[in-house]
Amino acid sequence: MQLIECPYCGPREEVEFHYGGQAHIAYPETPSELSDEEWARYVFFRDNTKGEFAERWSHSGGCRRWFNAVRDTRTYAFHSTYRIGEKP
Amino acid sequence: MTHETPPGAHLPEHADFLWRNPEPKRTYDVVIVGGGGHGLATAHYLARNHGITNVAVLEKGWLAGGNMARNTTLIRSNYLWDESAAIYEHALKLWEGLEEDLGYPILFSQRGVLNLAHTEQDVRDSVRRVEANKLNGIDAEWLTPDEVAKICPIVNISDDIRYPVQGATYQPRAGIAKHDWVAWGFARRADEAGVDLIQDCEVTGFITDGDTVTGVRTSRGDIGCGTVALCSAGHTSTLLDMLGVRAPLQSHPLQALVSELLEPVHPTIVMSNAVHVYVSQAHKGELVMGAGVDSYNGYGQRGAFHVIERQMAAAVELFPVFARAHLLRTWGGIVDVTPDASPVVGHTPYRNLFVNSGWGTGGFKATPGIGWCLADTVANGRPHEYVAPFALDRFVSGALVDEHGAAAVAH
Ligand SMILES: Cc1cc2nc3c(=O)[nH]c(=O)nc-3n(C[C@H](O)[C@H](O)[C@H](O)COP(=O)(O)OP(=O)(O)OC[C@H]3O[C@@H](n4cnc5c(N)ncnc54)[C@H](O)[C@@H]3O)c2cc1C
Ligand SMILES: [Zn+2]
Repeated sequence: MQLIECPYCGPREEVEFHYGGQAHIAYPETPSELSDEEWARYVFFRDNTKGEFAERWSHSGGCRRWFNAVRDTRTYAFHSTYRIGEKP
Repeated sequence: MTHETPPGAHLPEHADFLWRNPEPKRTYDVVIVGGGGHGLATAHYLARNHGITNVAVLEKGWLAGGNMARNTTLIRSNYLWDESAAIYEHALKLWEGLEEDLGYPILFSQRGVLNLAHTEQDVRDSVRRVEANKLNGIDAEWLTPDEVAKICPIVNISDDIRYPVQGATYQPRAGIAKHDWVAWGFARRADEAGVDLIQDCEVTGFITDGDTVTGVRTSRGDIGCGTVALCSAGHTSTLLDMLGVRAPLQSHPLQALVSELLEPVHPTIVMSNAVHVYVSQAHKGELVMGAGVDSYNGYGQRGAFHVIERQMAAAVELFPVFARAHLLRTWGGIVDVTPDASPVVGHTPYRNLFVNSGWGTGGFKATPGIGWCLADTVANGRPHEYVAPFALDRFVSGALVDEHGAAAVAH
């Protein structure tokens, strides 16, 4: 089991965390102007990177806050974790 | 104590010859990317049903060494929605005659599947699914806990466990097969028909001309093609990315494990959606178990140990006799999942490029069915009626085939 560094609590065991998929997906700025195609892209389509991937995690068994992480999807190793609004 | 034949002694011998290892030709009518079950079955039916044999199956590793070698081989067709029921039942009918068709033993054993229900809502959903299955001509029954115990006596049907068994759906025609033998059977017949099975040949790029793919770049040189079919399971989006095509696929580790060899104790397949474990006993006697995907994206062909721990806890509660069984081996594959837990099959923005992906945790059972339908799709340049509902554009039109939760864990 690997340790994940919560930016608020420090390193904790993986079982305390929940995965939230790709990070930095902004809600559309002008939702009423989106075509069906654009909505589909926003709702269903995500990157599926083989390598370093920016994603969201929640420390659901601890402070219950969301944060972002850069993790390598080949090795599963975390390169960094950082607070929402911060840069990797 | 009597001396019976040891488990596994009845397994048939392998054929002396399975397939050639040819050098790739410069060009083929059809190039299939991925030598797993789906790619091999597609090659077989292209030759058998359509007489198309100038075909190459390109495999980056060894033949059928991906998810085909790692899956737990459950075969069933008791899915909820008509679209899924149609393709999985088509596959199940083919499984029933496959040994004869391939002229190769595949040890297809129709021992039935129990999908347990543990809550009132589980019960309602299960009964609904049984009725839907019947309307689709699929064998399905609803069983009470006592009837469950008659079919599989080692299931704990007592009231004082955390998630008591409230009943189960039962599909008697469901079963398991020997996955390697299935792959080798398809490979052997495709090879006999003249299809080139090329191992150690990774597709690293595409050569395109407008909306046409004219060739693939591989670790063994460029290969020209009339049509391309992607059967690359967990890696499909890495290939589509090279073409600028997006599909709603996410690759996840999926793990399974086997116990040491045991006496026959487990006569059927048991799946539990709520406590998330499924079990069958392999031909030789190992208990084969699996659960859901690891939550995060990954390509590492392994997963996290706590996922196994959780599934073991569920297994021991449901089957107290397993408490002393030793775990022999665990492994992981990489499966691609979609937002509606259904595959993505059919046309892409490239005229002659077909995709077959997103089978997630449940694509082994589809192997002959998708091979048949994809071959037909490639041969005729339009989707076979059973794959048409699984087109990529359903994520824009909203015509999803939402099997999440509808048909139990997807295996
Ligand atoms: C642990 C586990 C348990 C499962 N249990 C079940 C089950 O009980 N029942 C069920 O129905 N399904 C099950 N599945 C799912 C099933 O295994 C898959 O859905 C199915 O195998 C996918 O099709 P395939 O056989 O063609 O994939 P694969 O066997 O993965 O074939 C894809 C092939 O493409 C190759 N490839 C990828 N990229 C390239 C490239 N660039 N160039 C060349 N080749 C490439 C890979 O090496 C691989 O061999 C399970 C999967 C796992 C991992
Ligand atoms: Zn925290």
